[in-house]
Amino acid sequence: MRTRHVLIAAALGAVFLGATGQSAAAVPSPAPGVSSAGTSFLTAVAVTPGQQVHVDAVTGDYLYWSFGAEAGQRPDLTATVALPPAGDRTGGQAWTIEVFDGLRRRQACVAGEQSPLADASATQIALRCQLRQVRSWAEPWDGDPLPGTYYVRLSSTELPEKDLGLPLKVDLLLAAPKGDTGADQGVLAAPLVPNNRPGSVLTGGAAPSAAPVDDEDGGTFDWVPDFSSRWVWTVGGGVLAAVTGLIGFSWTRRRKVRTA
Amino acid sequence: MIHKRLSIVGIAGLIAISSLLGAGPAQAREPGEQAEPPRVELVLDVSGSMRAADIDGETRIAVAKRAFNEVVDALPETTYLGIRVLGATYPGDNKKTGCKDTQQIVEVGPVDRNAAKDAIAGLKPTGFTPVGLALREAAKDLGDSGSVRRIVLITDGEDTCTPPDPCAVARELAAQGTKLVVDTLGLAPDEKTRKQLVCISTATGGTFTAAQSQEELTDRVKQLVDRAAVPPPVAPAAVTGAEDCQSAPLLAPGVYTDREKIGEHRYYRVPVQSGQELRASVSVALDRQVSRDYGVLMKAATADGRELVRGSDAGSGRADVLSAGLRWSGDEEPSPQASDGADDDDQPAVTTDVCLIVSNSFASNTAASAPGMPLELSIDVVDASHAPDAPGLGRGWLLLLVLGLAGLVAGVLAGWLTRWWVATWREN
Repeated sequence: MRTRHVLIAAALGAVFLGATGQSAAAVPSPAPGVSSAGTSFLTAVAVTPGQQVHVDAVTGDYLYWSFGAEAGQRPDLTATVALPPAGDRTGGQAWTIEVFDGLRRRQACVAGEQSPLADASATQIALRCQLRQVRSWAEPWDGDPLPGTYYVRLSSTELPEKDLGLPLKVDLLLAAPKGDTGADQGVLAAPLVPNNRPGSVLTGGAAPSAAPVDDEDGGTFDWVPDFSSRWVWTVGGGVLAAVTGLIGFSWTRRRKVRTA
Repeated sequence: MIHKRLSIVGIAGLIAISSLLGAGPAQAREPGEQAEPPRVELVLDVSGSMRAADIDGETRIAVAKRAFNEVVDALPETTYLGIRVLGATYPGDNKKTGCKDTQQIVEVGPVDRNAAKDAIAGLKPTGFTPVGLALREAAKDLGDSGSVRRIVLITDGEDTCTPPDPCAVARELAAQGTKLVVDTLGLAPDEKTRKQLVCISTATGGTFTAAQSQEELTDRVKQLVDRAAVPPPVAPAAVTGAEDCQSAPLLAPGVYTDREKIGEHRYYRVPVQSGQELRASVSVALDRQVSRDYGVLMKAATADGRELVRGSDAGSGRADVLSAGLRWSGDEEPSPQASDGADDDDQPAVTTDVCLIVSNSFASNTAASAPGMPLELSIDVVDASHAPDAPGLGRGWLLLLVLGLAGLVAGVLAGWLTRWWVATWREN
């Protein structure tokens, strides 16, 4: 009996410790707001979850931001565009928010109004894009979202030519709730972060060595999986096995008591 | 008991530590090397039409002057600013002379605010609007020092000196030397002006703004100058892709620019060792009016043309760039087309030259697609990621059932064993 109590308490304690460690590390301190946007992949302005982004722009601009995502996160972008005064506009506009990964591959939005239409009288337009859960590993031939840099592009895809260049305001908010990583196996050797250095044309056949991989996280505890529901199931299964073991043991004892 | 407790505490600790480590920031941006200060030139139209008093009841030139003064006041210390005017001096009717009328009134360099303001104050709306020539001269003023160059063109009317067509000039300037971006601002622009300015800004990857008040003009110019003050993290190297794989340039990891005509295929080669992963992405900029639907395709192939993997994207409507990317690692299949291999049998580091083929399916009415569309290539070679092993931990009701049954069977067996052992012990 005492053994069982201790076991359960310890298992619960382990789960609790793991969970609190997780949440303490995942909550970022809100950074100061961002008031600019890039105009290309290279000049994309970095944003972090929960950071307020407020940018003045004009119709026809292509606005770029970038953010980093880790395995298990489900990045969720919400944008609001305050359109130019309806009096200055001559027709409807189609807007879109697009997300690209570190290799500039288009990523699917699984929830949210990604490409809304605004009619000529609308004063603002709301866009949202939620990505799939970022996986820890994927085949090279696969387009799944992977840890690394992501790019956001906000632009109008269709608008009357006369309405170009009118002032508008854009608000963007990034959320990155952490999902369960238990479903994923494998680790990407290097996150999909673009190698931003000037290129150089090689003359000989000398192949460059691979960029050194960050050994920061990992160390000697590399083999311990991150906390996930698998830990709960496995620990729970162990406890269950111990309990059923004791039950099985007691069956044989009871029979012995009866026969004795 | 103590042993059990210790190991449990240990596991708890491990979990906590691993989760803390796992949540570390994954992004590390390399700061750009700030060798050259960013250079901006403001190009102001001072042609006769700037006398029109239609912005908040004031003349366009008065509004522009005041906006310029504010921009000069708010200029970041690190930015080199120059100012050029067009149509400022020749009041006559001779088009030939009037279309050469452009001067630099503030040289590109660290800004002397008072001198700049004095130069602005003396401007009087006068002559023609030679936008094309002014752009060409402005590009010369900025030089070719390797830093990003930015021109902010402020005008109220269309070019009155075509040819050269300012839009063609802009495309030609963007195609030569380091990156040049032209942002255009129209002061109460009419339709023709707007079309021309949009064309100029699109050709160079800049923006177009229609300013209807002094505040809008000032804010936008300030924003554009601020944008120039934050250069991109990397100045891409220029490269010229070949027509086939054999003569293709061999690229090291990094960022490159090139130009690709509509319907053209460009080849590049990247050496990839076994155990490494190739990552490549390409962006083709839509620098001209193109037909509604379009696409871009990047293929990785072996030297003899066998396709390995492809990345593609397609779109329709307005867009600034169209991008595609791919990953490839040769881990699974040792290639016979090894161009270079170490002789050491223990570590056969085989290098494969992977061909990257960039093609597009744009269509455009723009005549003589002479300079191709701007293309940005980003190459990286990293260690290959290995396919994961089976999970170390389990999940699900089946797992619990199996573990529970195993425990039950083990308990029963243990009980019988104990009983048998006690019985034999008692007998002896």
